[in-house]
Amino acid sequence: MMANKIWIYVDQFKGDANKASWEAIGAGKILAGELGGGVTALVFGSQVESIVQEAFQYGADEVFYCNDATLEDFRSEPYAALLSKLALEHEPEVVLFPTNARGRELAAMSAIDLKTGIMPDVTELDVQDGSVVVTRPVYAGKLLSKAICEIRPQIITLRVRAFPIPEQDPGRSGTLTRVEPALSEDEIPTKVVGYSQAEGGVSLADAAVIVSGGRGVSNNPSLNPPEGMDNGEAEIWKAQQGFALIADLAEVLGAAVGASRAAVDAGYIPYPHQVGQTGKVVSPDLYIACGISGAIQHQAGMRTSKVIVAINKDPDAPIFKLARYGVVGDLFEIVPSLTDSLKAKLGK
Amino acid sequence: MKSVVCVKHVPDSAAKVVVEDGEVTWGDAPLVINPWDEYAVETALLQQETHGGDVVVVSVGDDNAKEALKHALAMGCSEAILIKDPNLSEPDSLVVSHVLAATIRKIGEVDAVFLGKQAIDGDVGVTAAQTARVLDWPAFTLVSAISEFDPVSRKIRVERSIEEGRQILEGELPAVISVVKDIGEPRYPSFMGIRKASRANIPEWTLDDLNIELLSSAVAWPEVMNPPVREITNEIIEGDSPEDIADRLADKIMEEKVL
Repeated sequence: MMANKIWIYVDQFKGDANKASWEAIGAGKILAGELGGGVTALVFGSQVESIVQEAFQYGADEVFYCNDATLEDFRSEPYAALLSKLALEHEPEVVLFPTNARGRELAAMSAIDLKTGIMPDVTELDVQDGSVVVTRPVYAGKLLSKAICEIRPQIITLRVRAFPIPEQDPGRSGTLTRVEPALSEDEIPTKVVGYSQAEGGVSLADAAVIVSGGRGVSNNPSLNPPEGMDNGEAEIWKAQQGFALIADLAEVLGAAVGASRAAVDAGYIPYPHQVGQTGKVVSPDLYIACGISGAIQHQAGMRTSKVIVAINKDPDAPIFKLARYGVVGDLFEIVPSLTDSLKAKLGK
Repeated sequence: MKSVVCVKHVPDSAAKVVVEDGEVTWGDAPLVINPWDEYAVETALLQQETHGGDVVVVSVGDDNAKEALKHALAMGCSEAILIKDPNLSEPDSLVVSHVLAATIRKIGEVDAVFLGKQAIDGDVGVTAAQTARVLDWPAFTLVSAISEFDPVSRKIRVERSIEEGRQILEGELPAVISVVKDIGEPRYPSFMGIRKASRANIPEWTLDDLNIELLSSAVAWPEVMNPPVREITNEIIEGDSPEDIADRLADKIMEEKVL
């Protein structure tokens, strides 16, 4: 049997597959259609048989499954050692990863082991003369760049939500190959102590809807801060009331809460919420910007959103140039009404 | 202890970057130290304040990189080194990580290497992990807090910002650490620091000095383009009252079928 040329790294966290892995399988199937052969998925973890089945159902023809306690939590060293060892043995042409903290780091280290290049955070794939040519945003999306790597394998991480999830076929199966880990526990230099969810998982990158707040969320003139606060404390308190309105709307829409750099720098909301060039670059189906003027830094992080809605009291705010729908008005009046109205229309 | 910070120079984040005649241009916007790297410098300086020793700042680039190095010196780094070689034009991450690893080995007895999360020009974001891999040191990437860092016992424990929250990871020094914004606001260069930096004589090392073979980039960038212009019809929603406006807006959002 000819080995498959296209490999997909299936990312998982605490036994749940990252859906972006299925996007990568879908993209891999298209490449396999042009380059020949099937698609091999790599599933590493501890007792994640259900993910193996899902990988087949989403389109993998073969799964390399390593089931070992050392792989329960992602650590780059044992994961990279295993992936690199398998790639040296089987010589794939292309290895696709979802772009997240784990995928990017694993791809980076494997590229060193395999003496090849890495093309991260890719939004388009094309095949020319037997090589994959990728398109990826640079300068936070202010520009796009083509990139190509003539060395094999071509290591590519795919931007989350840039490729569609293929149809899941519950009846589909394939060849399961069990593999052994490359490192034992005493050869691994790091230990995962645990996880803290203090700031809640702010999963902006894979959110289909994002509601964001900017500096304007602290400007509600009708609020009277509690006695005894100084001006700085009062501003933060007002901003928190404003972000509560944004969170209400987000909850109705099943959305993630974003923020501008100005709002984060002012201490209104923690950094994991920041959208922009020095925050997260996002591309949701719907982006609602509330009280955000739209600095070039912020635009770079959200300009590829499918539908952009802007609510701002300044009619000259640059955000309106990007917006499909704009409301020139007071977000403290508009946002709660919008929450009520959408709640009713969505039957929630 | 001795630590190394790796920095890069990039167009300011407020710059309007466009492609004109196939070339990337940012007008007269200044080249500045990559904003993420300022957090790395700050982290290294904080550890130096606790444990003593030196912080060496390093950059791979042309003479323009000296501005980034001088900014780091002005913040308080002890010395700067520029890695400059005519054979290092447009290096990819594979080349940069091998060059940085060779530089760190040549500096010698380094306990920790600090980098920013990514450079805001190429947005590649793999240099910390790749440099660690070349050195065969553990990598602690996307670090938002360092709860333990002891050059004597060699123990390090960090919190990493991952999509699902924070991961607490521990291991041993020497290590490569990339930091994110949560690590703490970078200090401003002091007046004395700026004066000292402006007079600093920055040594330049070539690939010969590093005693490594000429590396060629694995990744080529055949074309850089402006993104397609967004064809947007702007529609301002008006109405009799905030409730009326919100209701009309809600109808429009429902019509887009994105919910």
